[in-house]
Amino acid sequence: MNIHNFIPAWSVLRQIGGKDKLGLGKAAQSSHQANLTPRTAEADEVVKSICPYCAVGCGQRVFVKDGEVTQIEGDPDSPISRGRLCPKGAASRNYVQSPMREYKVKYRKPYGTEWEELDLETAVDMIADRIIKTREETWQATMENEDGEEINLRRTLGIAHLGGATLDNEENYLMKKLYTALGVVQVENQARI
Amino acid sequence: MGRGGATTFQQDLANSDCIVDIGSNMAENHPVGFQWVMEARLRGAKVIHVDPRYTRTSAVSHLHVPLRAGTDIAFLGGIVNYILENERYFEEYVKTYTNAPTIIEEDFKDTEDLDGLFSGWDPESGSYDPSSWQYAGMTVHSSAGKREQGGLTGEQSSPGSEMGKLEGGLPPEMDETLQHERCVFQLLKKHYSRYTPEMVEQITGVDRNLFTQVAETICENSGRERTTSFAYAVGWTQHTHGVQNIRTAAIIQLLLGNIGRPGGGIMALRGHASIQGSTDIPTLFNILPGYIPMPHAHQGQDLQQFIDRAAPATGFWGNMRAYTVSLLKSYFGDAATRENDFCFDYLPRLTGDHSIYPAVMGMVDGWCKGFLVMGQNPAVGAANGKLQRLALANLDWLVVRDLYECETASFWHDSPEIETGEFKPEEIGTEVFFMPAASHVEKAGSFTNTQRLLQWRHKAIDPKGDCRSELWFMYHLGRKIKEKLSGSDDPKNHPIRDLKWDYPTEMENGVEEPNPHSVLREINGWDENNSALGSYLQVKDDGSTSCGCWIYCGVYANEENQAARRKPGQEQSWVAPEWGWAWPMNRRILYNRASADPEGKPWSERKKCVWWDEDNGQWTGYDVPDFSPSKRPDYVPEDDAQAEDAIRGDKPFIMQADGTGWLYVPAGLTDGPMPTHYEPEESPFDNALYGQRANPARQRFPRNDNRYNPSYGQPGSEVFPYVLSTYRLTEHHTAGGMSRTTEHLSELMPEMFCEVSPELAEERGLENGGWATIVTMRSAIEARVLVTDRLAPLLVQGQKTYLVGMPYHWGSRGIVTGDSANDLLGLVLDPNVHIGEYKVATCDIRPGRRPRGPVLVEFVEEYRRRAGAPERVEEFSRNLENQNGGES
Amino acid sequence: MSDQQRILPGSGTTDPYNIEGREAPETRPLIPLGQKSYDGDQQPRMGFFTDTTVCIGCKACEVACKEWNDVPDTIGELTGNSYDNTGGLGADNWRHVAFIEQRKPIYLQENAHLGTPAVEGEPDFRWLMSSDVCKHCTEAPCLDVCPTGSLFRTEFGTVVVQEDICNGCGYCVSACPFGVLEQRERDGRVWKCTLCYDRTKDGLEPACAQACPTDSIQYGPLDELREKANGRLDMLVEAGASDARLYGANEEEYGMGAFFLLLDDPEVYGLPPDPEVVTRKFRSLWGPAAVAASALAAGVAAAFIGGNR
Repeated sequence: MNIHNFIPAWSVLRQIGGKDKLGLGKAAQSSHQANLTPRTAEADEVVKSICPYCAVGCGQRVFVKDGEVTQIEGDPDSPISRGRLCPKGAASRNYVQSPMREYKVKYRKPYGTEWEELDLETAVDMIADRIIKTREETWQATMENEDGEEINLRRTLGIAHLGGATLDNEENYLMKKLYTALGVVQVENQARI
Repeated sequence: MGRGGATTFQQDLANSDCIVDIGSNMAENHPVGFQWVMEARLRGAKVIHVDPRYTRTSAVSHLHVPLRAGTDIAFLGGIVNYILENERYFEEYVKTYTNAPTIIEEDFKDTEDLDGLFSGWDPESGSYDPSSWQYAGMTVHSSAGKREQGGLTGEQSSPGSEMGKLEGGLPPEMDETLQHERCVFQLLKKHYSRYTPEMVEQITGVDRNLFTQVAETICENSGRERTTSFAYAVGWTQHTHGVQNIRTAAIIQLLLGNIGRPGGGIMALRGHASIQGSTDIPTLFNILPGYIPMPHAHQGQDLQQFIDRAAPATGFWGNMRAYTVSLLKSYFGDAATRENDFCFDYLPRLTGDHSIYPAVMGMVDGWCKGFLVMGQNPAVGAANGKLQRLALANLDWLVVRDLYECETASFWHDSPEIETGEFKPEEIGTEVFFMPAASHVEKAGSFTNTQRLLQWRHKAIDPKGDCRSELWFMYHLGRKIKEKLSGSDDPKNHPIRDLKWDYPTEMENGVEEPNPHSVLREINGWDENNSALGSYLQVKDDGSTSCGCWIYCGVYANEENQAARRKPGQEQSWVAPEWGWAWPMNRRILYNRASADPEGKPWSERKKCVWWDEDNGQWTGYDVPDFSPSKRPDYVPEDDAQAEDAIRGDKPFIMQADGTGWLYVPAGLTDGPMPTHYEPEESPFDNALYGQRANPARQRFPRNDNRYNPSYGQPGSEVFPYVLSTYRLTEHHTAGGMSRTTEHLSELMPEMFCEVSPELAEERGLENGGWATIVTMRSAIEARVLVTDRLAPLLVQGQKTYLVGMPYHWGSRGIVTGDSANDLLGLVLDPNVHIGEYKVATCDIRPGRRPRGPVLVEFVEEYRRRAGAPERVEEFSRNLENQNGGES
Repeated sequence: MSDQQRILPGSGTTDPYNIEGREAPETRPLIPLGQKSYDGDQQPRMGFFTDTTVCIGCKACEVACKEWNDVPDTIGELTGNSYDNTGGLGADNWRHVAFIEQRKPIYLQENAHLGTPAVEGEPDFRWLMSSDVCKHCTEAPCLDVCPTGSLFRTEFGTVVVQEDICNGCGYCVSACPFGVLEQRERDGRVWKCTLCYDRTKDGLEPACAQACPTDSIQYGPLDELREKANGRLDMLVEAGASDARLYGANEEEYGMGAFFLLLDDPEVYGLPPDPEVVTRKFRSLWGPAAVAASALAAGVAAAFIGGNR
């Protein structure tokens, strides 16, 4: 028995002639489907980027419309990744637009039980004050060696930094530069974690 | 071999005839890079995966070699022995390009002589004096106290080679026939002579026939016509002998002539987008940009003394003064002058290990008070999670910059210690600033990927709300601190006053963002006319040039951002030199001079890469030659030649003082010149080769909040009979901050689990899909159970050994949550690079969920009592500390 | 200086999707669809060839599909079934990677000299992975039974549910021999792989194929893919993989727009060994006048499919 001997009545009604005898093809297509375009084609711009996850360094193309990311996919031009992405790279838009992302500074007072709001500028200012104060309190200008000689140290061990392997070279550069000038030596990143 | 990066690039894996994945699970953790392994396989290459677990990499490899976690050196040492015993090495390559013929000091004693120790061991200080490891006949520095140490050797390399004078570019005492009993070749032979297939089987659990098959396959696929490559990942460094793991692979590759040639090399696979970049331009305590060591505290040391102490006179590190002066110029600008020693005094001084773990203990102990964390989540991602959180809870202030409120920001209200009642928010004095960060599409900048390639990311959209880049944060933080201290005459504030911090900014949607191109240009450097430098050969030591990171010099050549180059790969050769920019000087295969024979001709047509063009008097080829462009193959330096001029025309390893690849490392490593098998800190087995059980120089921190499980032969070791290993899954990323926060990744692996063999499940009554509790001296966590043949038990020294495998991606927050495997691990470190042993420990496992609330603390205490009364543990730790000289 | 390197869509100098010298669609010969139904702008039939022998089970296809098509997440518990927490194809999973742990001789892949299990005592073991998807059948039963005309065949020969027409009757759900179609709980409509109809219309690769790191999922003109697949099969068989076979590549048996290279029996991968039988069995109950009986038919088909999964 061949199913094609039976032409479903509803398709007959939709049949508009031509070669679409079964009314299962173009005749059945809604105008929405007929006019479908990929959202990548509607992007205002495509920005070249690099995947933020591991160190393979896959090329990404970021499609932007009205100031929002509408799609992130592999960049076929990349000689390393040739347009491909792993599940993490493929989830990049989800990562950028995660429901868990935070958009406001949050501040917790010592012994506080709740987060509080804090203005961004004020937060940076307060952090600068904390750094200056702790540096002052924990400064090691010199030490004495075994022979009783004074040796310059010019540092603080009262402050530590962690992070960098997920950040840009330019950012790491400013960090190391500022911390070194401050005498903060405990600067570390994921390489050892 | 002298540089801190992968010697090759991922696409080049496709040229390999054999690929050995060891210490990496490439298909799972670098799936897109793995396409090149699959391509090699389709071209006929053999793919071998050496790993305790059968993983998704094993599934598509020709051969999976299950070995006991932490015994890689025994396995690879066995291959070294196989190569030497069966004379399978690439003789011409070894004789000319490695230090095999070099004769070593008479005082040198091997682990064979001293039952697992090298000469120079000082039990008092728990460290080696490496002077007896030197080349014979060379003048040797014997620096007092702590020597300047460079970067993470192996992972990253350093100068620090205390090399004396060469004669005609060669060490004074050599034996070209490789017969002298103290030449490196014979020392190597002796050192590995007992690493037989039978011994390998006893230690690693790998069947001797399988082992031989692997060794033979690697040898068969090496030589003039064929090349083998090794790929490892960061997990391989996470052992108390992590650096030596990599060293062993390097020895094999040098013996077989696989370095500097297409399809050869050692591919270091890194796990974070710019982990290479963050060591090149380090956020690390012991180095400055470009692997220049941070100075240690020495009496009256000036810049020149620092250079003399830290760098060899020959090889490319011979120019270290130029690199350092130009860095100081980029830090302090016009304030750095010849008269004031270019502000060298402004650099803070080291006195020991200032890595993150001592700092964290300093937080617990109260001397480290302020902590800034950016894009990292130590509360979940670092070993001994409880210790990490105790540290956070004892700070004056904490700054966390991230896209999400990660566990490091939330420790004070929802950490596991809140659940157990050990923490109460109203008792925690830490002031916490959470600052939302901009994502990778919301800022522009460069990442350096795993193959040393800088790739620029263009900004796609503006960050929302308070989200800002780290560039914005650091720039404005620095600006404010400068302002606040501008009136100060205190000498400690002079470096801040003189700090060059004049980056142009642009207003973008009300946000004053520093221009990242200007920062990259400063990294690249400029000359006295303020023109961007073209290469590090132009960097000067007289203060006329500025250069923020000498190895990156050239990334802004011709005033163009070379990292932003994007000529499509399909329009270029397989090397793709016009995509991004690789350090150094856009070279894609390091030491590629070695792809030609000593006369400069390719070893074979099939594996040609770079060769000498006699007609034009220069090196040429597919890649940028990693050699002085016009140095003839037969060049012999004068005896007083300096820096690169001292390297002969047939010595490809230009970063080393003698231009050779080091089979034997005479200086620069703290735990021995040749890799040696040691058991992990926590292991159910004794060392079958030596009386010395574990790496004597490993760094231990025995303290109440960082207890170790008793190991083999110690009372209580039976309480933790199983081996534990942690790892990543394709579906998640590191501590989970970038994956547990996305629905599409969370749903793929929704719960924390552990993997066990059916035999272990049977022994402990574990059910597939059920729950298990895993316990160490540090903590107890729970996980769902996967019972699988992929974790086959191994037969080691006649005893079946079981592995408990655990991914470490979960924490208390996220779309999916779970216990963190890192809570189980203790802190014990590799002595060279201070990386912890995260890949192997011991544990107990039992069915069912863990106790909740305060009972959990009591539950772990009970284990501690069973494994040894607390007093005994402390006493025991002290003894061990004395015995091993563990630093703390 | 503007920081951004802006490129307008489609303005690149190269066609990024023309990766392997693939010819532009209009120059390809038309190959017959099972149902010669399409009127007008018929294109060469496009489809997927999934080479499971190079699948690394990374699930990039699952994620790329969900990202592109805005498919809702289905966060559940760990299943305990190897690394598969997706479970199967459905309204909210249009790609599904199956993981099969097998105790059986390993060396069925490319059998070089390495390929002998030398190790005594080590269990012979292999781990198969395969990314499943809607088959876009040559004679698609779902299409036949759809009473609303929601299901239709595109100019590429693919089968697409039109969400703006579907009324959620569910006839197609029971008609599918592979259990691909499913009603989405929240809206009652049926959702499945469209072979990224919006992308294919624009000459783009479907999201899953574009992402696939090892090219296990290949997209292209079906005749070309079949030729490629046969070549790959020959290679494997020659290398000793005697159990290797193509599934769904033969129009004489049961033609699929998405076909597979497998290393074992289809049922091992959760695929019906003979989908034609499932369909025929189903069809025997089926007739123009028997629409009312479809609920019964659904039960039978579901039971049969269940037996194979």
